[in-house]
Amino acid sequence: METIILFAPLVGALICGFGWKFMGEKPAQYTATGLLFLSALLSWIVFFSFDGEMERIQILRWIESGSLSTDWAIRLDRLTAIMLIVVTTVSSLVHLYSFGYMAHDDNFREGESYRPRFFAYLSFFTFAMLMLVTADNLVQMFFGWEGVGVASYLLIGFYFRKPSANAAAIKAFVVNRVGDFGFALGIFAIFFLVDSINFSDVFAAAPQLADTQLRFLWTDLTAVEVICFLLFVGAMGKSAQLFLHTWLPDAMEGPTPVSALIHAATMVTAGVFLVCRMSPLMEFAPHATAFVTVLGATTAFFAATVGLVQNDIKRVIAYSTCSQLGYMFAAAGVGVYSAAMFHLFTHAFFKALLFLCAGSVIHGMHHEQDMRNYGGLRTKLPYTFWAMMIGTLAITGVGIPFTHIGFAGFLSKDAIIESTYGAASGAGIYAFWLLVVAAGFTSFYSWRLIFMTFFGEARGDRHTHEHAHESPMSMLVPLGVLSLGAVLSGMIWFGPFFGDHDKVGRFFGIPTEASAQHEGVGAAVEALEHGNAGEAAEAVTEPEAEAGEHEAAFGGAPGEGAIYMGPDNHVLDNAHHSPAWVAVSPTIAMLLGLALAWVFYIRRPEWPRNLAENQPALYRFLLNKWYFDEIYDAVFVRPAKALGRLLWRRGDGSVIDGTINGIAMGIIPFFTRLAGRAQSGYLFHYAFAMVLGIAILITWMTIGG
Amino acid sequence: MTSADFQTILPEFLLALYALAALLFGVYGGKDKLGPVLVWVTSAVLAVIGVWISLRGGEAQTGFHGMFLNDGFARFAKVMILFSAAAVLLMSEGYMARRNLLRFEYPILVALGVIGMMVMVSAGDLMTLYMGLELQSLSLYVVAALRRDSIKSTEAGLKYFVLGALSSGLLLYGCSLTYGFAGTTLFSGIITAVGEGQAPLGLLFGLVFIASGLAFKVSAAPFHMWTPDVYEGSPTPVTAFFSTAPKVAALGLFARVMHDAFGGVVGDWQQVVSAIAIASMFLGAVAAIGQNNIKRLMAYSSISHMGYALIGLAAGTALGVQSMLIYMAVYVTMNVGTFAFILSMEKDGQPVVEISSLNMYAKREPLRALALLVLMFSLAGVPPMLGFFAKLGVWQAGIDADLYWLVGLSAVASAIGAYYYLRIVFLMYFGKDDDALEAGGSPVLWGFLMVSAAAMVLGVVNLFGIEGAAAAAAATLVN
Repeated sequence: METIILFAPLVGALICGFGWKFMGEKPAQYTATGLLFLSALLSWIVFFSFDGEMERIQILRWIESGSLSTDWAIRLDRLTAIMLIVVTTVSSLVHLYSFGYMAHDDNFREGESYRPRFFAYLSFFTFAMLMLVTADNLVQMFFGWEGVGVASYLLIGFYFRKPSANAAAIKAFVVNRVGDFGFALGIFAIFFLVDSINFSDVFAAAPQLADTQLRFLWTDLTAVEVICFLLFVGAMGKSAQLFLHTWLPDAMEGPTPVSALIHAATMVTAGVFLVCRMSPLMEFAPHATAFVTVLGATTAFFAATVGLVQNDIKRVIAYSTCSQLGYMFAAAGVGVYSAAMFHLFTHAFFKALLFLCAGSVIHGMHHEQDMRNYGGLRTKLPYTFWAMMIGTLAITGVGIPFTHIGFAGFLSKDAIIESTYGAASGAGIYAFWLLVVAAGFTSFYSWRLIFMTFFGEARGDRHTHEHAHESPMSMLVPLGVLSLGAVLSGMIWFGPFFGDHDKVGRFFGIPTEASAQHEGVGAAVEALEHGNAGEAAEAVTEPEAEAGEHEAAFGGAPGEGAIYMGPDNHVLDNAHHSPAWVAVSPTIAMLLGLALAWVFYIRRPEWPRNLAENQPALYRFLLNKWYFDEIYDAVFVRPAKALGRLLWRRGDGSVIDGTINGIAMGIIPFFTRLAGRAQSGYLFHYAFAMVLGIAILITWMTIGG
Repeated sequence: MTSADFQTILPEFLLALYALAALLFGVYGGKDKLGPVLVWVTSAVLAVIGVWISLRGGEAQTGFHGMFLNDGFARFAKVMILFSAAAVLLMSEGYMARRNLLRFEYPILVALGVIGMMVMVSAGDLMTLYMGLELQSLSLYVVAALRRDSIKSTEAGLKYFVLGALSSGLLLYGCSLTYGFAGTTLFSGIITAVGEGQAPLGLLFGLVFIASGLAFKVSAAPFHMWTPDVYEGSPTPVTAFFSTAPKVAALGLFARVMHDAFGGVVGDWQQVVSAIAIASMFLGAVAAIGQNNIKRLMAYSSISHMGYALIGLAAGTALGVQSMLIYMAVYVTMNVGTFAFILSMEKDGQPVVEISSLNMYAKREPLRALALLVLMFSLAGVPPMLGFFAKLGVWQAGIDADLYWLVGLSAVASAIGAYYYLRIVFLMYFGKDDDALEAGGSPVLWGFLMVSAAAMVLGVVNLFGIEGAAAAAAATLVN
């Protein structure tokens, strides 16, 4: 069954991409979509029937080279199961949605067939993504990692007649190369140190890696720190974290379904998945995870500030994605991988929903994307409006504090914020404050989007507004399904992802024998555990200095469950017992953001302009995305182009081509003519040449020999 | 002459007997009317002797007090010589008969030349060497001038003769110097006289002169000057013959003298051979570019290929000799195929040798063009044709012998040389469509062309077993 899940999208991509000429456009699209729905259905079956025990399904022997021995296999554990449903569900809905969205496109000429190609790329992307999440070893993962990169490149540049789309595609590819370089180095380092790239071997070797000292750049670090840092660099590229984030907003040049699938729900979360997958290593690398936390929180904050002032509807959501990814990294960084996965899971629903709604708006408004030209669309696009409301309620985190009732984002985001506070480390507190502020910003820009789009006066082209229309059913059905997810997914799965230890442990297949050591449990039991449960339990039962009422931690060796939390990792537990003001702070921030947005865009629409005019420096700073693109352009792009031009013109053109041409067209023909002249036909010339030859040889032998 | 001595020379003796009988039969029989028959019979006899030698096997034997050797190396070279001579004879028949060139002496002269070659590769003594060489050369001088009424042909024969005489002089001078210093003409004696390490200067002079004389025979630069003129002037079948069997014999003799007589001073002759090899490769590659006549082009091509084969010799190891032998086997096969094609090039019944006449040949004769394409790629050393692996073999030997610069330069030369082979392919497939070359030639030529082209492709899988034979042959020479 897992094999079918994995290969159905590939088969769909091949049939649709190569077979449409024989079977026609529509049947090809139906085939690809149908196969994906099959894949999604099976994924849900796997998800529900999965019992938490890691399964390994070998597909083929892959690489045998020296000590490198690698299978092509599916590693089915809870992380994989979660990713399977996320990927296949969103992907199949996006396939369906694309029937409507891609029906007409002005970027292609009359009679051009672009739809089967689009569907084939989508299916291929899904296959690559599934490859990534089911990987059993790092190289297989890297294959999927690069496969999604290729698919992303192809889809961002799908409108190949638009120069900006091509530039964005290349930018995405190049920026990802930087991250992939780190990832590849990380894999090399792991193979170098562990002599294996299979996850099970790598995880088992984590404690030894933690004891290995390594000199990296200018400092001495443990090997595991270096590896985790390098792997995180890869994750930064793929997940558009600060410094490597610049490609994500530009990637919005792609068709909107692509943005929803690749640049919101699935591919960009691959970095988070990677960090969670490598949790057995991450747990031994306090410095690297602190870096992850700080960078994630900073990204969340940075992207939220930029999102405040963007006018392109898709760019607002793109920065919001970037920001939400930062949340996930912050959670993973403080060691609550389940919270990161929780947010990944819920985010996939509401972010895909937001993007598809934006697509519906864009579709209805004839490919107008500037929110300043929207307004009052509530009545024109009623279903889209309600779906987008749900998405916004979810992303801003609306819910009832101190209960587990609320939209998906409420539960998962609050879980992350509580976790960062619970970490009780410097990085954690830094992350906590930034994330709370970012939550306020998130609320502001999300509501700003709603108010500017659906409320107020109709702005912009009258003609466009008059012809604004609701989208077809094929686009509304996915919105409905995703709305369900955006409302319910948080409430349903709060327990398994962020409940007490037993639930989380059972869900992720982590050994729980050592969990929830309440005070008052008899000493005999402790002694028993001392004797039986080995080192892990021993670490747990060590008396802890803090609180004393809850000494809870997970047991098991690294790699035993889907995620690994070290025996002294109590963040999850601390998060559950964080003070009331911490738990309520994101809600307060959210309400503040909402109120401010309401004032700015409903009550006093002239205020935003006044503020921008009063604070021009700040406004431009935000509008220009903190000038990251400009700085990169000056520091990297221009020098690289200059160097490239130098090597091309001077190096390649003058030196290499010049040499080759000079030899091939000047020197060799010269010698040819010379040889032709020597071949005069006169015997005495020939004889002379022979005598000359032997004279030279003799002289040489006499002097040299 | 004891019967043991006689055993070692039996094939040569039988072939000589046949040649004399054929001569008598021809003179007193029907003269030129017998030409075709004699060609077929001679070809058959050569092939039969070739098969016989290849099956004979056995231990290395020496006859005539060491003057005549019958070892694995000699047998390998002889089989190559006999088969290629038989093939060329078969290819000649139709061409010569139609142009009224088929004198009955032709097959007999070829047979005598082959005897000379067989003696050359079996030589164990400077005397034997010279005797074989001259028997071969004299036969070749005559066949070069076979077309008595053509100025070009007679000129070719005369040039070959005069320059050949000069080279024989050089060779003899070298032999006498060697004899003077070693006190013996036997290779086995010379090698003990030379000893290990540094050879006396006089002996080195002898070595250089002998090498020069042999270089003339393999048409290696700078002793190559006769080659283009003789190739162009001779009747095409004779050119085909020149470019195959005598090259094997001369190179075999070269290897024989260097290893059997001067095996102790590899370092000394390695330089000479390397220098000759480089000069040949570059000259062959550079000069061929300017040629419009495909026969002259093949002349330069053979100069160049001799350079590559000499790399194997320059390595001075058993692997080197093995790779050289394989190279020669591949080279001979390629040349038989290419000349089968050249022999079939005609327009209005007249033979054509201009390269430009191949314009758009692929459109009229796709299969032949494809076969020639394969052969040209193979000659140029383009993978995955056999020619590439032959080159790879000699390069491997060169690398193993630390001759990096030699291998590096030869790679450059082969890149330059690829130009003119590819030009032929280019013309055939992308040239101007203005010249109508007919598909002439007999089915025999067609067969040789196709078999040789197929061998270039299929040989990649396994070299039809010659690899092992070549290794065994090389082992008997180098020890």
